[in-house]
Amino acid sequence: MGLFSLFQRHRTFDHGIYPVEHKELTADKPIRRLPFAPELVIPLAQHKGAPAVPLVKVGQEVVRGEPIARAEGFVSVPMHAPATGVIRAIALTPTADGPKTQAIFLKVYEAASQEVLYDLERDLDTMTSEEIVAAVQDAGLVGLGGAAFPSHVKLKPPAGKVIETVVVNGCECEPYLTCDHRIMLEQSDALIRGIKLALKATGAKRAIIGVEDNKLDAVAHLRAVLPKDLPITAEAVETKYPQGAEKMLIKSLLRKEVPVGGLPADIGVAVYNVGTLAQMGDLLPRGRGLIERVVTVSGPAVANPGNFMVPIGTPLRFLLEQVGLAADRVGEVILGGPMMGMAVASLDVPVTKAVSGVVALEREDPDLDRRKVYPCIKCAECLKACPVSLNPSMLGELALARQYERMAEEFNLNQCFECGCCAYVCPSNIPLTQYFRIAKSINRDRNA
Amino acid sequence: MPKPIEIRTSPHLKRAISVDRIMRNVVFALLPICAFAVFQFGLSALLLILTTTGAAIATEWFFARASGQGNTVSDWSVVITGILLALTLPPGFPLWMAAVAAFVGVALGKALFGGLGYNVMNPALVGRAFVQAAFPVAITTWTPAFAPGRFTEVIPSTFTLPFMQPTPVKDWIMGLQLDAWTGATPLALQKFQQIEPPVTEVFTGMIAGSAGETSALLILICGLWLAFKRMLDWRIPVAVMAGAALTALPFWLMDSSVYPSPWFVLFSGGLMLGAWFMASDMVASPVTTSGVILYGLFIGIVTVVIRLFGGLVEGVMYAILLANAAGPLISSWTQPRVYGAIKKTREVE
Repeated sequence: MGLFSLFQRHRTFDHGIYPVEHKELTADKPIRRLPFAPELVIPLAQHKGAPAVPLVKVGQEVVRGEPIARAEGFVSVPMHAPATGVIRAIALTPTADGPKTQAIFLKVYEAASQEVLYDLERDLDTMTSEEIVAAVQDAGLVGLGGAAFPSHVKLKPPAGKVIETVVVNGCECEPYLTCDHRIMLEQSDALIRGIKLALKATGAKRAIIGVEDNKLDAVAHLRAVLPKDLPITAEAVETKYPQGAEKMLIKSLLRKEVPVGGLPADIGVAVYNVGTLAQMGDLLPRGRGLIERVVTVSGPAVANPGNFMVPIGTPLRFLLEQVGLAADRVGEVILGGPMMGMAVASLDVPVTKAVSGVVALEREDPDLDRRKVYPCIKCAECLKACPVSLNPSMLGELALARQYERMAEEFNLNQCFECGCCAYVCPSNIPLTQYFRIAKSINRDRNA
Repeated sequence: MPKPIEIRTSPHLKRAISVDRIMRNVVFALLPICAFAVFQFGLSALLLILTTTGAAIATEWFFARASGQGNTVSDWSVVITGILLALTLPPGFPLWMAAVAAFVGVALGKALFGGLGYNVMNPALVGRAFVQAAFPVAITTWTPAFAPGRFTEVIPSTFTLPFMQPTPVKDWIMGLQLDAWTGATPLALQKFQQIEPPVTEVFTGMIAGSAGETSALLILICGLWLAFKRMLDWRIPVAVMAGAALTALPFWLMDSSVYPSPWFVLFSGGLMLGAWFMASDMVASPVTTSGVILYGLFIGIVTVVIRLFGGLVEGVMYAILLANAAGPLISSWTQPRVYGAIKKTREVE
């Protein structure tokens, strides 16, 4: 950020915050492969929607790329073997979500060739949009930005809705994360193929790649390689958290708002993460399944941070050993970014399709006492930070008074997407985001 | 490799700013104003500031302990209350009355509501409003600025015993052989004698008045510093000043021999201190952006209406207390339009 940036303003949304980015740790680290972990743990519920159903038995040998679980219905995706090996068990495993979930334990053959032998060449040009949707589901593709919503569902606009614009999300607004940045630089061919597929499947007229202006090299690179005959553009948007939230990015790029209670499709928009589309462009022509993803491993407690192509199912313990975890300094290990990611209780938790980053934060200075909670002093910082213009101060008071229904009915609680801006800025250290999470879940239970 | 030690919920990062740091910065911003008060009025002003601050801290400590809140003095908010209160009192104000003001301000203005964050009004102004009613003579007895010997002796009324009549300062002032002393603040001079002191004197504070309200310039500098550090919402003082100046303007244009100029209105009395350090009190002001503008304009307008047409020379205190009371209502009228809403979804209760 120089003086020049004062005059060159990129498009943005209202409010938001500017946390320290820490991207310099990994932004120039090209995506590398790591050795296979001795055992991979593949949870069956790695996406929103119904968990996959195992197709394999204990003791069965599988080849890298082979389907090992099938989708259970439309809002579900299959799983593929991330490595050649043998199924050791189908049992419970801890995940970041807390309660244990069913998973396939795959013992990796050390000596085996780890080449993917499951190919099904496809001609993208002759595929209909229905075929693309089906192929994307077969690939087991989900939103790789962290939401893990089955991608093929978003490619099929709801009945009566017309998709005009595909928004490609290259913002990567979470501190520390740089995997999308690297993907835009290193996998632009696959990304462009993916965008073309998304345009065709949705019937949209144009695609806009939105990239935060701390990655102007990615914007320049994409502009240089984007085919001139296609309606795809790359736009810089202001570096501000949570620019990568789809509602915020839509506002920044299109000056439109997704209606309360609605979906982007209601205003003719479909949003995909760049990582998702790059995988789509890579896997679909070859008929392969998603078996690995790019993960940023970073944070102050990591000796050699970087961007890595990690097989799905790699336990965090193995991954962190490869990068050198400062075990005496580590305080929290977070899946995703530090603003919205989840801290794990165990390093046995595996990397899933939703994991864009593994961030190891340092133990805090116990003398710092930064987390002492004061009463709300109505400083209004949270109102100025909330990207959807809620009144977190008021919502926080109502939460303490247990008026959860009033929070939803009068103060738009359900518009909160838990970005964490309010809790980040709160000088009283009130855990506002956590209050809202609890209030929403109580309301859900009550209405169920 | 040991297990990760901590499990918290997102966000896992926090801005490095906390309530005590904000409050401490407000105290820092008030210190130059205190220093000027002591420079101008001498020992009495120093004793006044120490008394109200000490009494406010003691009151806070007692009530927080009694209500089981533990040590709340360390959040520094009560120090602000103590200092601000002193700055609004006449320099020779009897110390025992000042202590009563501090006690009432913290006890009734803050502790009664549940402590920091729960008070409806600015505690310093609650304390001052009480002594304005209880001790009307003492609170309108002014002493000259820059009196010789102000660092070696105190103004005689300072050490008045509780429930005794304050020593008349008139004799003391005569003893100082001050020729120019008129016994009135610029506001009183303007209101009752239509003598408007030069704006430059009023602006820089080379005049009589409350201990810390005289130098508009100094208050402006300290306030701007806080606003620059984002520990004060600049919209509030700006709206207060705009409201006051715009209300005063037409009257002055009509008859400048009776009505004060907008500049005089802005820089005289407690308007500057009130705008920058009282009205901007986070706890007692509205939270919404459009709300704080309404709130500030309201304070500015009411101040000038009281000054021009009321029986008092000063109106800032009552204007702010009234606006504080209206704060929650103003907030609920001005709820922000939520992202994706077609129109305001929140109705007034």
